[in-house]
Amino acid sequence: MRALAVLLLLAAPAQAEPVSGYDFLMPETQALQDDDFANPGLLWVDQGAALWAQEGCTGCHGDATGSMRGVGAHYPVWSDERDRIVTIDEQIDYCRTERLGLDPLPRGATDMTALDAYVMHQSRGLPVAVALDRPELTEAHARGEEYYYTPRGQLDLACADCHVTNEGMRLRGEVLSQGQANGFPIYRQLWQDIGSLDRMIRWCHESVRAAPPADDDPVWEDLELYLRARGNGLPVETPAVRR
Amino acid sequence: MFNTRIRVPETAAAGEAVEIRAMIMHPMDNGFTYSTQGTLIPVNIITDFTCRYLGEVVVQVRLEPGISANPIFTFSLRATESGPVEFEWIDQNGDVTTASADLTVT
Repeated sequence: MRALAVLLLLAAPAQAEPVSGYDFLMPETQALQDDDFANPGLLWVDQGAALWAQEGCTGCHGDATGSMRGVGAHYPVWSDERDRIVTIDEQIDYCRTERLGLDPLPRGATDMTALDAYVMHQSRGLPVAVALDRPELTEAHARGEEYYYTPRGQLDLACADCHVTNEGMRLRGEVLSQGQANGFPIYRQLWQDIGSLDRMIRWCHESVRAAPPADDDPVWEDLELYLRARGNGLPVETPAVRR
Repeated sequence: MFNTRIRVPETAAAGEAVEIRAMIMHPMDNGFTYSTQGTLIPVNIITDFTCRYLGEVVVQVRLEPGISANPIFTFSLRATESGPVEFEWIDQNGDVTTASADLTVT
């Protein structure tokens, strides 16, 4: 099965130019995202700003509007200190626990997503620039890609079956986007709530009737690296509004 | 207290109609949806929204379960004198969330 997936991968045409999920939205939804007041995701950006000051991030980083400009666009990165790939959420939580002595936030906690949204928001408009400049990163990227192209779940669908092969086609009333990650955390109208990339990946697993990887499985980092690097060059849109 | 976002222009000409916007972070659970674990999510909504200008009620809204999450209100206000524009949201438990901004009439 795996060999077949790799063969299919080799046979597939070169990856199309990345297109943001924004371009697959209805004009009304685009207008909501572009509205600097009414974009509901900004509620969590505000919450993140409050936490930034309250939890003491300012002690090292000062005003995030300057110090965090462009930072989020490079994540996930390789950390020599920790000898592993680190996503933006993990870096924020590492700072909180190691440097500020706070309790770690549970995965998917609203405060975690709010901080993530606040940090990513500082890079809004800058191009996503995930570097794949060392073997650990290229290997992880390859593992993430393999995961992306591997069918799973009761529906036996790979991520790529929707977001590569059928991009731009309809799935019932929805237009399938490329599944780019440049707007995360997103305000999703279906959830009426903010969600990190982690939450979206879980939702996609549920949609193809598959169990998501275990929380401590390193494939989470591999997949996030692959997804973010896939959108290299697209502008960061956090907080994006999606259906 | 829930997170809110309000927009009131800092200044306005006397007699000018200005746009006021107010939004609150709230799930507005309508009592018909289920959690991923299959349990019914009980009704949990904001029930009242009030805006006061110069101490006088200018907008009052009663919210019902059919209103979507994070409700936003946008309305026009005729600026007459400098003074506070105050917002108040009350949820079904009686908890009050407030926000205010000053409008200067020139």
